[in-house]
Amino acid sequence: MNFERPVNEPKRDPGAVAGGSVSRRTFLKVSAVAGGGLLLSFLLPRMIGSRDIAGATTAEQFAPNAFIRMGRDGRVTLIMPYVEMGQGTYTSIPMLIAEELEVDLAQVSLEAAPPDERHYANSIFHIQATGGSTSVRASWEPLRRAGATARIMLLSAAAKTWKVDPSSCRARKGEVIHVPSGRRLAYGALVDRAAKSPMPSHVVLKDPKDFTLIGTSAKRLDSPDKVNGKAQFSIDIKIPGMKIATVAACPVFGGRLVAVDESKAKKIEGVHQVVRLDHAVAVIADHMWAAKQGLAALDIEWDEGLNATLSTSDIVQQLEAALLRPGVIARKDGDVAKVMAGAAQKVEAVYQMPFLAHATMEPVNCTVHVRKDGCDVWVGSQVLARAQAAVAEVTGLPLEKIRVHNQLLGGGFGRRLEVDFITLAAQIAKQVEGPVKVVWTREEDIQHDVYRPYYYDRMAAGLDDKGMPVAWSHRSTGSSVYARWHPPAFKDGLDPDVLEGAAKPPPPYALPHMLMEYVRQEPPGIPTGFWRGVGPTHNVFVVESFIDELATAAKKDPVEYRRALLGPSPRAKAVLDLAAEKAGWGQSLPEGHGRGVSVQFVFGSYVAQIAEVQVAKNGEVRVTRVVCAVDCGVVVNPDTVKAQMEGGIIFGLTAALFSEITFKNGRVEQSNFNDYRIMRINEAPAIEVYLVESAEAPGGIGEPGTSAVAPALTNAIFAATGKRIRKLPVTRVE
Amino acid sequence: MKGVSRRHRFVLLVLSIIAAVSGCIVRPDGPTDFAGGTRVALADYRGSDPTGAPPSVAGADLAARGEYLARAADCIGCHTTPLGKPFAGGRAFALPVGTLYSTNITPDKETGIGEWTDDEFVQAMHEGIGRNGRRLYPAFPYPAYTLLAREDVLSIKAYLFSLKPVRHVPPDNAMWFPFNQRYLMWFWDVLYNPAQRFQPNIDRAPAWNRGAYLVEALGHCGECHTPRTLLQGLDARKKFGGEMIEGWKAYNMTSDRESGIGAWSDDELADYLSRGHAEGRSTAAGPMGLVLNNSLRFLTGDDIRAMVVYLKTVPPIHEQGDLAVVQARPAATSPQVGMKGPHDSASNDGDLGLRMFEGACASCHHWNGSGAQTPYADLLGNRTVNDPTGVNLTQVILHGSSLEFPQGNMFMPAFGRAYSDAEIAAVANYVTGRFGARASTLTPDQVAKRRKAK
Amino acid sequence: MLTLHINGEDYDVNVPEDMPLLWVLRDVLGMTGTKFGCGIAQCGICTVHVDGQPMRSCVLPVGSVRGNKVVTIEAIGRTPIGAKVQKAWLDLEVVQCGYCQPGQIMCAAALLAATPQPDDADINAAMSSAICRCGTYVRIRAAIKQAAQPSS
Ligand code: FES
Ligand code: FES
Repeated sequence: MNFERPVNEPKRDPGAVAGGSVSRRTFLKVSAVAGGGLLLSFLLPRMIGSRDIAGATTAEQFAPNAFIRMGRDGRVTLIMPYVEMGQGTYTSIPMLIAEELEVDLAQVSLEAAPPDERHYANSIFHIQATGGSTSVRASWEPLRRAGATARIMLLSAAAKTWKVDPSSCRARKGEVIHVPSGRRLAYGALVDRAAKSPMPSHVVLKDPKDFTLIGTSAKRLDSPDKVNGKAQFSIDIKIPGMKIATVAACPVFGGRLVAVDESKAKKIEGVHQVVRLDHAVAVIADHMWAAKQGLAALDIEWDEGLNATLSTSDIVQQLEAALLRPGVIARKDGDVAKVMAGAAQKVEAVYQMPFLAHATMEPVNCTVHVRKDGCDVWVGSQVLARAQAAVAEVTGLPLEKIRVHNQLLGGGFGRRLEVDFITLAAQIAKQVEGPVKVVWTREEDIQHDVYRPYYYDRMAAGLDDKGMPVAWSHRSTGSSVYARWHPPAFKDGLDPDVLEGAAKPPPPYALPHMLMEYVRQEPPGIPTGFWRGVGPTHNVFVVESFIDELATAAKKDPVEYRRALLGPSPRAKAVLDLAAEKAGWGQSLPEGHGRGVSVQFVFGSYVAQIAEVQVAKNGEVRVTRVVCAVDCGVVVNPDTVKAQMEGGIIFGLTAALFSEITFKNGRVEQSNFNDYRIMRINEAPAIEVYLVESAEAPGGIGEPGTSAVAPALTNAIFAATGKRIRKLPVTRVE
Repeated sequence: MKGVSRRHRFVLLVLSIIAAVSGCIVRPDGPTDFAGGTRVALADYRGSDPTGAPPSVAGADLAARGEYLARAADCIGCHTTPLGKPFAGGRAFALPVGTLYSTNITPDKETGIGEWTDDEFVQAMHEGIGRNGRRLYPAFPYPAYTLLAREDVLSIKAYLFSLKPVRHVPPDNAMWFPFNQRYLMWFWDVLYNPAQRFQPNIDRAPAWNRGAYLVEALGHCGECHTPRTLLQGLDARKKFGGEMIEGWKAYNMTSDRESGIGAWSDDELADYLSRGHAEGRSTAAGPMGLVLNNSLRFLTGDDIRAMVVYLKTVPPIHEQGDLAVVQARPAATSPQVGMKGPHDSASNDGDLGLRMFEGACASCHHWNGSGAQTPYADLLGNRTVNDPTGVNLTQVILHGSSLEFPQGNMFMPAFGRAYSDAEIAAVANYVTGRFGARASTLTPDQVAKRRKAK
Repeated sequence: MLTLHINGEDYDVNVPEDMPLLWVLRDVLGMTGTKFGCGIAQCGICTVHVDGQPMRSCVLPVGSVRGNKVVTIEAIGRTPIGAKVQKAWLDLEVVQCGYCQPGQIMCAAALLAATPQPDDADINAAMSSAICRCGTYVRIRAAIKQAAQPSS
């Protein structure tokens, strides 16, 4: 067994070495002086996720910026500012750089960026985070620029060597060619000189029509190790002397540990230690089996605290009440009250969406080794810098003493934007000699998640005599995840999740008189968090269900009705037309079948979906087909976009059909896949994804598939049965 | 509808009370009368003592012996709530005539039995009369415990008093008139409480007598397995003939070969009683699963065998109609055979049952029903799968099951929360049709009712 | 002391007989290709082959496979069917986060071993017990069909 472990030294701040703030120029000098050892020093010398490939670590290197390193052997190492959790960033991000750097993907190896907000902050969140379908959007310009900068420096290095005019040189497939003479130099031979050449004053990016890599379905770089069991997720980490722990937090949120009788647990072979925390107990053992049995054998007494009697209905009542309070105005166009009053017809509806758990396939886990002088953390996190800070806080060690080794994520969906489990693991590790891997059971993972909030919305619209909406009012209430997760983003009672798809950007329709209000109402004691699709899973369901209800009220075809309102948004209209055509909208269906449509503009992408369902006599809903049309601007990797849409649709259907987290006596009632149900292959529809050619800046693709499908589904159920579903999930068991 | 039958019950109650009072008082049959022969008082019995704890713990102190007996009597089962502390009481018993809550029998002085004297405790166990003379309701099986030897009652008390006191006041009973008039229980006792100690039968083997003591006095098996009269007393004529309990069937356990356990070998019966599973016969779940977890699994091999000896002699009662048909286990087909199974079962579920089976069930039960992972998951020949009413099958799918063993547990997850009534009806119909004697014809509505069954 | 035959080699392990094979593989033998997802036989990602049969190692007492041949994801590529399946998985880019894929591949390999030309119903029967949270089902179905092609 191979216990080789990567180690990344604490990062030294190049700015500090250079004495002053870091301009690209000084940064480059520093790298040159230190021969790149500087950057190299704080990177994992291996390709994340594989036990075999150790990255190039040749001494002298060319490191023009925080994303690229090149060794004399010509080997190119790209530093990934985003984490791979299935969405394909480890392929699309390298494509951006390699396109401009003029290297083959086959020539590059990848390394995960260390915690370092200065260089790796997401230009949309301004913190080092992977999520919100932002990776490609945030990198589109900067990372191509990073590649182009390096290319230009290599060109001028070659020109110097040959004493020719740089403009007579071209870069191709890791070589510089002097066109007139046909002389060639491999990048590797140029790194030393390149490292000393000046930073280009201005950088011209390729014209999209010259792209050779972007736009192709390049093979995913992380797949091969994922089909043979080699890929290493954080749950697979092995450290010499490592113990394995599993944890039980107080079943009631906000409860406290009173006492534990560990006598029975200690008798179990392989159990070493029982760790007591303020609100949790962990059993430290040789293996998970002993840890699990040890936990089961504990006699634990909890003080269940304030939420001991909390149930879902209490929370819903609070939301109902909140909905009566005037909200913060998120958008106000025209004069809704007046126009509503004069409307020929008024339509109203209330929608509810349940709490949801993430249930990433890899249960949350984290391995921590606390020592007097430092601490190592092995984890799959969407927020590296936060992970580092969380452990620093628990251990009281300075930031630079915390070494975070990020791993492949067995699913993120927003769960790994949180550090609660990292904090808990560190608190446990603090009381344990040597490294300890803390693994959550599935039950614990589902019952101590941060939950997609319960949302409660009231919609009202006034229609003119032709049935078209003249006034639109939307009042929404629920928890604000941002207010806790990133307070600066929660301004004046609003956050981006509240707005996206409902107010900013608004629904893509012509709605001259519209009002969107939000009433923040936090569920007592229940932690809420981001969940694939974030705000739009909520807003798009409400808006697209309601538009469908308006079409019904107007006795118009749902597609026609939407088309008529999409004047202001030709791109939205285009995806709608494409989806309708491919789905054969309007063609007749057998008894009990129905089609439903949804259109959205969120995450910077336009998506239209048409779902086809069959509803049996016994009420069973079967989704037979989903057609999805996408305009996400320039497509970096078409196959990845398709895969993300397919996956997003299944994810969204699972939630819409089956998922809800409910509370009773302050406890989560669901526990595992037997009662928190995930769609299976025999329930999955056929899915067709069509991409629209576009030169616009790229939009997100990780989440739009999920947010679009729920209303398409419920609208299809309405078409099949005349039953309007305003409360998810569809198949709730009373 | 309910109301009517309640009124109906009430009238009958009054009538029979009058009957009882008006002189024609009959002492109820003793539970072992069916065996005939001569019974003698314990003191006069020459065979090995059928009472007390087995030799293995006989030497131990009073409390230790009491622990064994308290387990054999499954006190913890009724006196503990799912989330509550052991023996602290509060478990609800929904009867046709109201709801009862079990009491706190920890030695807590105010809320438990900490102040009870020996005689008070014995009086409760033997006569169903609590401290301060109040009559207890027979949900507490004193008509069985009355058979217990006084020493055994006192060892149980010693064990209970060795526990940590727990302060806990269970909810008040909610019985309807006239059943909230505790004194009326006197009539009931006259009719149904033999109020006598266990009498060994000198014409039967010592093992039989020990088995009778375990089954009748400690185990009070009849409380669930014997049908009740309208007055909620055990109907001696239908002894162990099978009854509904909390929405589950407590199966016929008479020696009838078809309806009961007559066709089971002694070893099969012993396996079932000690491990909750008899190959090709049955796997315990629901209330019986709890009895395994709390009680039977702690009994010695000799005691289990003694119970087998006794049970085998209980007269057969053959059930008519659409009731459990117990088959011998058919041979398993190869795992691949019928991977798909019947695509369209006779029912109108389409392939809904198949789809749930392949998603949620096949991993453990295997495509041929032989139980891929453990014999406990073997569906072939299983009594529950062969019961065309699908009663217990529906319950176990809805609520799951968990059998505890010293070395871990054997469980089936509960699917009720995430699967619809239609899906659960369909999968039950699929399983009974595919692996059992005859397909059940459950409807979603029936499943909906079963969900609520108490 | 228990001797296990895994991927053609013998391993002596000193663990309780009722310990699920999953934890013996992952925590004792360090074979972490087989994943933990639910522990109750509901997600299928811990699937290994025991004498060719797909089994959920999370609920399979290690004592019960003494003397049987166990094959895990680490070695399935050495069988012709396993290799075909892995190739199809890569050709069609089935993988997303990848965490469930070892289980999916083990289920698919067992299916093709038993049913070389599976139809959709066969695929449902064999694959429905394996959950993919990333929702790669469309491609899993397609990849199995490709792997079933005689000359793929
Ligand atoms: S981990 Fe074994 S089936 Fe889920
Ligand atoms: S690929 Fe992520 S769970 Fe299947």
